[in-house]
Amino acid sequence: MTRRTRFFGLFMLSLLALFGLMAAHAALSVRGAGPALREEALLVRRLELTDLCLSTEANYTRHLSLADFHTAFQDHPLALEHFPSGALLGPSPHLRRSHGQLD
Amino acid sequence: MIALDRARKVFNQGKPNEFVALHETSLEIEADRLTVIRGPSGSGKTTLLSLIGCMARPTSGRIHVLGREITSLPERFLTEIRRKTFGFIFQQFNLIPGLTALENVILPAYPTGEKRSSLENRAAGLFELFDLKSKTRSRVEWLSGGEAQRVTIARALINDPAVVIADEPTAHLDSKLSREFMDTMGRLRDGGRTVLIASHDPLVYEHPAVERVFHIRDGRIDGDGR
Amino acid sequence: MASWIERQKNVLDFTLSSLLRRKGKNLALLAVYTLLVFLMASVMLATSAIRKEASIVLREAPEMVVQRTVAGRQDPIPVAYLEKIRDIAGVVSSDSRLWGYYYDPVVGANYTLLVPREEEPAPGTVAIGAGVARVRTASAGDTLEFKTTSGDIRELAVGDILSTDSELAASDLVLVSAADFKSIFGAADGLATDIVVRVANPRELQTIALKIAERLPDARIILRDEMLRTYDAVFSWRGGVLALLLFGVVLAFVIVSWDKASGLSQEERREIGVLKAVGWETSDVILMKFWEGAVVSLSAYFLGVLLAYIHVFFFSARLFAPVLKGWAVLYPQFRLIPFIDASQLTALFFLTVVPYAVATIVPSWRASVTDPDAVMKGIR
Repeated sequence: MTRRTRFFGLFMLSLLALFGLMAAHAALSVRGAGPALREEALLVRRLELTDLCLSTEANYTRHLSLADFHTAFQDHPLALEHFPSGALLGPSPHLRRSHGQLD
Repeated sequence: MIALDRARKVFNQGKPNEFVALHETSLEIEADRLTVIRGPSGSGKTTLLSLIGCMARPTSGRIHVLGREITSLPERFLTEIRRKTFGFIFQQFNLIPGLTALENVILPAYPTGEKRSSLENRAAGLFELFDLKSKTRSRVEWLSGGEAQRVTIARALINDPAVVIADEPTAHLDSKLSREFMDTMGRLRDGGRTVLIASHDPLVYEHPAVERVFHIRDGRIDGDGR
Repeated sequence: MASWIERQKNVLDFTLSSLLRRKGKNLALLAVYTLLVFLMASVMLATSAIRKEASIVLREAPEMVVQRTVAGRQDPIPVAYLEKIRDIAGVVSSDSRLWGYYYDPVVGANYTLLVPREEEPAPGTVAIGAGVARVRTASAGDTLEFKTTSGDIRELAVGDILSTDSELAASDLVLVSAADFKSIFGAADGLATDIVVRVANPRELQTIALKIAERLPDARIILRDEMLRTYDAVFSWRGGVLALLLFGVVLAFVIVSWDKASGLSQEERREIGVLKAVGWETSDVILMKFWEGAVVSLSAYFLGVLLAYIHVFFFSARLFAPVLKGWAVLYPQFRLIPFIDASQLTALFFLTVVPYAVATIVPSWRASVTDPDAVMKGIR
């Protein structure tokens, strides 16, 4: 085996090893995150929260599941999306189901 | 040993730039002899060598190598025959830069799956033979013209071929190196190999080791001397 | 078998020397490729982590939320509606919720003010989320000013600061007493923001929801299921800007692969000619070209994914922050939990490694089936 091949072999092996380390780290972190997640879930229950706080730009990006069809256009029918996060966080699937039973 | 039976080669057939490189040719290359194909550039020498060395297929006609007809063989078998039977020495050396002399020499044997150490041993023997031992690990870009020439000869011999083919091998060599080259070819012939050289260099075709000369002009064999 | 391995090793060695001969070009290629994988993997890892966390945490969300809509907009819901809901069979409890958005002009941030049902803060005090504390550099004991609808300033003392572990859910929350809430927002007594409903049997949820919809025609109902599905959908790569970003990255891949596949340089062609001339079969040349593609794409894949993992889980996907943050001042500093979706990473592998390896073979195939006598002639 030439030096080249050996070096490449080592390179790939170390990448694979790091990959393994990454998987191990992920598994351990997930297990370790148990208490924090439980606490967070408890907080959601206690405060009766319905959404994650991902964006505080607009009310329809803050409470994604509670937003309705019209919120984004409340100022004017032609008020097109002007919040950056609104472009990223689209409407919920239950909104797109028009004339649903509960509408 | 190698026989051409009305072999003909046409390039770009059917297109406006159609060109007959070799007209219907029948000839026989005898085993264990040093044969030279002599002719000016553009005469079809290289095409003839390609056909003989299984590097190209004739447009029509047949070619026999060691008694076996190779014209209609599938590519896979053709390549195997080429690898086992022929060793090529090119006009432009065609060594791979960035590789060492050793790596260039064992390159033809890479796909065989032979262990590298055994390949290197074989190559070491050849390096001894051609006085290249000190250049084994040198990059080919750093070799002198003569050294590079010897590396290409060693490469041609790595698979222990029965036939050695050289195309204008002295084109980039001075007279001293040209003579040395022909001496080496003579020794190969003495060792039981068939040598076939295409050249228009008098230092080649007038060398005492040469046993047969074919003249070729405009894609046709003129006559043969000796 | 042993000879097969030897053949691979030898061909690989030649491939590596070939790549090293054009070191600059190939390193640049590797860098670009790694960057593309990095972007894709970052998006994949971040979205699946958020999705997973949402699915776990929001399982504790209220089963049903009832809103009131007037002229197409959400309007405060009359507390009197509670009665109409309570006497539906299967309803365990229905309670009103008080919450709203408060814009703080001091820092230009939006908070969510909420009156908690349990442990309501004493009037004059608030509990704030970690994001609020950060943005106002407030700690326990400090006071925050809130402007009321009547124009007065209400000073509230900071009591608790919610843990940073729950930033993803509670970063912008300000928990207030009902009295303070009403004075800040001027909310009338008989109105609430919305109503939460709890049922005895979760399977009856739909039926009960339908009944509520019948009784309260101006009501809009959202079920927990829908809340969960929201995050699943928003952060799936089939939706919105993420799909666009992925499309852009895939397009970049295609361009890089196309460049490779559209042809060989003169030098590469000559090299193939020499290999054929010294006895390499077409399949050997193809093997070499495959290794060439595989070396680059495998390295890029592993490097890209590793870097993406570090980026998303050690640096909280900092590169994507501006997109999510937008113009908001308050942005939750969450540490995502590495819920890795192996199927996504596998899909990424096939999306990146395979096409590139194939793209490298395509142009060489044509050159390698050509008779090597072109080499003898000296390719011009």
